[in-house]
Amino acid sequence: MLKMTHLSKVYRTEVVETYALRDFNINVTEGEFVAVTGPSGSGKTTFLTIAGLLETFTGGEYHLDGVEVSNLNDNARSKIRNEKIGFIFQAFNLIPDLNVFDNVEVPLRYRGMKAAERKQRIMDALERVGLASRAKHYPAELSGGQQQRVAIARALAGSPRLLLADEPTGNLDTQMARGVLELLEEIHREGATIVMVTHDPELAARAQRNVHIIDGQVVDLAEDPRFHHGQHAAHAGTSV
Amino acid sequence: MFAYYFQLGLRSLRKNPLLTALMVMAIGFGVAASMTTYSVFRATSNNPIPQKSSQLFVPQIDNWGPEDAQRNKGEPPQAMSYTDAIALMRDHRAKRQTALYPAGLSIVPADANQLPFRENTYGVYADAFAMFDIPFRYGGGWTAAEDGSRAAVAVIGKDLNDKLFHGENSVGREINLDGRSYRITGVMDHWDPQPLFFDAVNTGGFDDATQLFVPFTRMIELKVATNGNNNCNKDPGQGWDNWLHSECVWLGFWAELATKSEADAYRSYLTGYAAEQQRAGRFRWAPNVRLRNVVEWLDFQQVVPPEAKISLLVALGFLVICLVNTIGLLLAKFMRRSSEIGVRRALGASRREIYAQFLMEAGAVGLAGGLLGLVLTGVGVYGISLIFDPQVARLATLDVPLVLLTLLVAILSTVIAAFYPTWRAAQVQPAWQLKSN
Repeated sequence: MLKMTHLSKVYRTEVVETYALRDFNINVTEGEFVAVTGPSGSGKTTFLTIAGLLETFTGGEYHLDGVEVSNLNDNARSKIRNEKIGFIFQAFNLIPDLNVFDNVEVPLRYRGMKAAERKQRIMDALERVGLASRAKHYPAELSGGQQQRVAIARALAGSPRLLLADEPTGNLDTQMARGVLELLEEIHREGATIVMVTHDPELAARAQRNVHIIDGQVVDLAEDPRFHHGQHAAHAGTSV
Repeated sequence: MFAYYFQLGLRSLRKNPLLTALMVMAIGFGVAASMTTYSVFRATSNNPIPQKSSQLFVPQIDNWGPEDAQRNKGEPPQAMSYTDAIALMRDHRAKRQTALYPAGLSIVPADANQLPFRENTYGVYADAFAMFDIPFRYGGGWTAAEDGSRAAVAVIGKDLNDKLFHGENSVGREINLDGRSYRITGVMDHWDPQPLFFDAVNTGGFDDATQLFVPFTRMIELKVATNGNNNCNKDPGQGWDNWLHSECVWLGFWAELATKSEADAYRSYLTGYAAEQQRAGRFRWAPNVRLRNVVEWLDFQQVVPPEAKISLLVALGFLVICLVNTIGLLLAKFMRRSSEIGVRRALGASRREIYAQFLMEAGAVGLAGGLLGLVLTGVGVYGISLIFDPQVARLATLDVPLVLLTLLVAILSTVIAAFYPTWRAAQVQPAWQLKSN
């Protein structure tokens, strides 16, 4: 589903080159629920934005659903984003001027879908996250947890093959976070591929597989000398 | 998507009423200033007879010599002497031709309740009516034979016919001009070419619609003097005959030449005529002639008032300043929505779709600015006589083409002004926006 091989991402200024990702390799198969963890600045979010075709990369290869994406133009990348990828952000990123219905409608509009089908999909998605009754509410009128549920409905409405989540519970209290996580697990059980970036070990532990990133590279915690003593135990069960 | 973008545009405009009002006012005032001055420029630079403007020509013959021509950038006099006009009429080298001049004639109405009044009259040849495509409500012009016999005939305008005959068909009836009776051969329909091309020399191109024509030959026979310009380079002497045979220039002349080859042939004829006058000893200089069609003639006569050109340029400059302001306001408005742009890009909007959305929003601003501009243009056109001569100001009107042009200019200029802000909006990196959130 998602395969990056020797991928690199370099930010260049006149005086310095910064590697955000270096010789980065990952393979996520269809239907997997993968948690990506790592310290701040390790490259987790850069990985996610490249995976979501929101950013280009400097070297290596990236196959998404069998398509090599490095040479695609903006239109083709936008089309893939629209049709195959669903995003869930830590800050929800709902458009404040649009009500819940209109927010969920945004990706469907870009797909050129007919009004009747759009409405059906939006209501189905809102039903699924338990917010059908709030369709006419504006984001400011909802709690954080409800806003994240709307964001999930927006991601689900287009029936994406891949769901990318960036700290989806980062701005929520424990109870709301639990609800969102249960929703993601339910979506995964129904067959969706989910890649979730998180700081939260408890959250990561509920994924099928954990990938750890340090200094822009995927590391095997079991073999990395930096994690042999003490930290190893904390990450027991993590496989790369 | 058009309707969707338009709806988003309106929603965005409603969200920031103050910013929206500033943009709409900037565009509205800029467009109104431009359109108000353009309405004057349009009227003054109008082609008054587009269907024939390339076929109607004014010949000029230098009968004053290089000393006078030098004072006028080498140009021959702008009017013609009687000697030359009659020679050109006699030679009849054009398909149609007429000499003409204006005079003030007194009309004594048959209705005793109406007081006599003076009416500006043109003495013309019979060809003039067909040459100038003058429309008739009743009857028509007189004949060439009536020119030859100096007949007492007249063509009157619709307004004069309404005044004297209550709009009835007055063909065949009599009209009293300067105490003499003239038979009416035709009543013109509304005919008010602007600029008044056939007598730009005397009117400056703008005057009320002509209501009375009588034969040139009749007016000459009755020794009716012109009320237009008389220009002489030496004393013509006393008496009508001396006046006619002087080198004073006071007549207009028009020739209809259907093709370029006819015009070329006529130009050669004019040169030949001037050379003949040189050989005969009347001209002591080489032939210096001109032949200009309607558009060239009006341009040469500088019919468009200089203040019309200047005010149009100033107004366009003002519009540009307003648009520069609008660029700044749109840029501020669009860049404040970087996070929305980032979200839309993440959800599948291509750069092209971001362009379309924001240009549509700019178009909505332009439309609102255009509507305000229409109101202000209406006010401007109403008050234009404060700046321009009333004869020119009365031509400035807010008609359907100007309404459409006002809206088009407002929308188009705003969309053009929005190119840079929109380009900046489309360059927003969604990854950075989403990371920073």
